[in-house]
Amino acid sequence: MVEYERHDYDVIVIGAGGAGLRAAIEASAQGARTALICKSLLGKAHTVMAEGGIAAALGNVWPQDNWEVHFRDTMRGGKMLNNWRMAQLHAEEAPARVNELEEWGALFDRTDDGRILQRDFGGHRYARLAHVGDRTGLELIRTLQQHAVHNGIDVFMECTVSRLLKDGDRVTGAVAYWRESGNLLVFNAKATVLATGGVGKAFAVTSNSWEYTGDGHSLAYWAGAELIDMECVQFHPTGMVWPPSVRGILVTEGVRGDGGTLRNSDGERFMFDYIPAFFAAETADSIEEADAWYEDKVNNRRTPDLLPRDEVARAINSEVKAGRGSPHGGVFLDIATRRSTEYIRRRLPSMYHQFKQLADVDITAQPMEVGPTMHYIMGGIRVDADTAATTVAGLYAAGECAGGMHGANRLGGNSLSDLVVFGRRAGLSAAEAAAGAAAPEPDEAQIDEIVAGMRAPFERDGAEGPYDIQRDLQETMHTLVGIIRTESELIEARERIDGFKERAAGVGVYGHQQYNPGWHLAMDLESLLTVSEAIARAANVRQESRGGHTRDDHPGPNDAEWGTKNVVIRQGADGEMEVDTSPLPEMPAELQRLFEE
Amino acid sequence: MSETAKMRVFRGDAESGDWQDYEVETEEGQVVLDVIHTIQATEAPDLAVRWNCKAGKCGSCSAEINGEPRLMCMTRMNLYEPGEQITVAPMKTWPLIRDLVTDVSFNYEVAKTIPTFKPRAPEADGTYRMMQEDIERGQEFRKCIECFLCQNVCHVIRDHPENKPDFAGPRFFVRLAELEMHPLDTEDRLELARQDAGVGYCNITKCCTEVCPEEIHITDNAIIPLKERVADRYFDPIRWLGSKLFGRG
Repeated sequence: MVEYERHDYDVIVIGAGGAGLRAAIEASAQGARTALICKSLLGKAHTVMAEGGIAAALGNVWPQDNWEVHFRDTMRGGKMLNNWRMAQLHAEEAPARVNELEEWGALFDRTDDGRILQRDFGGHRYARLAHVGDRTGLELIRTLQQHAVHNGIDVFMECTVSRLLKDGDRVTGAVAYWRESGNLLVFNAKATVLATGGVGKAFAVTSNSWEYTGDGHSLAYWAGAELIDMECVQFHPTGMVWPPSVRGILVTEGVRGDGGTLRNSDGERFMFDYIPAFFAAETADSIEEADAWYEDKVNNRRTPDLLPRDEVARAINSEVKAGRGSPHGGVFLDIATRRSTEYIRRRLPSMYHQFKQLADVDITAQPMEVGPTMHYIMGGIRVDADTAATTVAGLYAAGECAGGMHGANRLGGNSLSDLVVFGRRAGLSAAEAAAGAAAPEPDEAQIDEIVAGMRAPFERDGAEGPYDIQRDLQETMHTLVGIIRTESELIEARERIDGFKERAAGVGVYGHQQYNPGWHLAMDLESLLTVSEAIARAANVRQESRGGHTRDDHPGPNDAEWGTKNVVIRQGADGEMEVDTSPLPEMPAELQRLFEE
Repeated sequence: MSETAKMRVFRGDAESGDWQDYEVETEEGQVVLDVIHTIQATEAPDLAVRWNCKAGKCGSCSAEINGEPRLMCMTRMNLYEPGEQITVAPMKTWPLIRDLVTDVSFNYEVAKTIPTFKPRAPEADGTYRMMQEDIERGQEFRKCIECFLCQNVCHVIRDHPENKPDFAGPRFFVRLAELEMHPLDTEDRLELARQDAGVGYCNITKCCTEVCPEEIHITDNAIIPLKERVADRYFDPIRWLGSKLFGRG
């Protein structure tokens, strides 16, 4: 029997970004004894990187806005693949969650009459994003963090969960290790919430940090839960492209929301050539109308620079391929032409700072070079819309690691609101479930087996290390399962992933257990490989192009065949990954009428 | 454009440690954190370093580079002369865990002692009104990414660890000032600022302001106003001003 610290809780929350913090706050407020477990220090999670804002139909700038318009924008942006009930709850509850952040101390930018100011973003009909300059994610995470530390929540920082524990069909806790010491912890929990974020580190060019290794997706999958829509991966159209070391770092959509336009190497505003029929009725088709829209949204249609992210990312990709890219393989994003230096520095201070310091570019005078970067996964753990319950008892999921809310493509600003709407719901459900549940007892045999797997890389000192395997995987996902996909490449990707799995099974690390990043990466490789395989398999099954899933060999959506179903991933009885489909939940008639205008 | 960087990195734990030299091939545009990652991926996979966003937004990768407290992700290699030796050391003020990683838990403990935001009642419609000009000071303070470089460089605790139980440090004076100046807040934290947080220990050398990667005017905008509010309530203002000007106290 291995030695470990034992911790007994009503609710454990894995991940301490916006969703995890909000879930822990809610569970604790309901009286549940709650632990919050995170891989990094508290307040460093990827939420901190969110820039542009949090979408909520507050109607402070455009009184015409309401939850129904937000709901409609979200569904259309997601190419109607969204779980309609999640999209409805999200649109209905986001305003209350934003006001709650203000009650907890957040300082959003203001309108002239002292209300929360809202900014334009892609795919949103009205200026809808509450924001703080271009550092909204920092405001959100700090507000939740400062609220949480007074709520009696026990925080386990720099602590990574390796596997969930099960008793029969029920999840009963988790095995984790302290990054600092390598020592083990066992959590016995009546309910477990996953809020681990995304999978960006499976790709070579990403806006995501090292933490985004698909842990929650994988923990859920290994515990028997279903994943949906894993093929739907968002490439944010505007990541930095130069210098190489910053390639992929996010450039907020707020640049375009605040007046920035995209141009190719010929100086053309090429987005006018890429307006899809689906959005033609609501998109300006001339530069004059697009420019007038910034000031008068009633009599003009929105600029195509602010089409949903999937459309803009594909357009940039096409321009670069056609030889009209910028010197370092992107396109130009120019805000200096339309806006004053003072305006840019006030509205986009961290963008100014980022380009100045990292790329020697002054965005108040020069255009930025930008190109697509892997940013977000719409797919994730299948959950019940109202309760955030996964398909496994005792296990809940919220935020990026949960699937369904965003369909095939997420609108900017809908992520931060997703975190607080469904983080709260997951915490509430977990606390309710815990109130009626018996305290689980640890299963030593199960723990021993998990720990043996965790420590195995140390026994293989001298074998291949984890860094090369991760780099090869990232390159494969980037080139073969990236923004444009095709069957032969997806099959090749699967074959290569099988090879990486074999290499990872023999991975070796050396050194001490104390804060050893090589060992940590060796363990993270398992989840990276699981989510990569899930994405590649699901992408091969969906034979159409929809949102964040573009098939060169199946261009365009196929509504009759694929517009009505989710691609489902689960572990088969033989331990192999299984791909299936299931029908989308049907939207009730009173909501369907919103799409008939 | 590849160049060879001469890196001298501190390796060790709480018990013992030493400088280790590495020669690393670098690419154009790289930052110090890139070079540390190259060392990790090649020569020293067990080199411990904390980092997250690599874009100056999370405040995880604080270190002392050529003796200067900085974020590794925002320190370009071309800041240094080609061939110049670059030393990378962990922050000095915190107990060392391993290599470049230190135990910053002091800061999380202090955070717990600051009473949370307590707003007044909202308007009739359930929401609040605040004017932009009334929140700009607070917004400056809320830019803080908690890199703890200001805490690290503050000589009240850097040179005198024995002061730690009585001194919250610049990061938390920023937090206290932010709450003090929040238009909606109703809680009184001045006694805390004076007594437990020890704002009086600060003698305004501005070391914290100089190292802040967010360029928050920590001393001028947070600490001095906080000292003034404490002084207005607890001390004779004229006597306090005298001690400030003539360095007594």
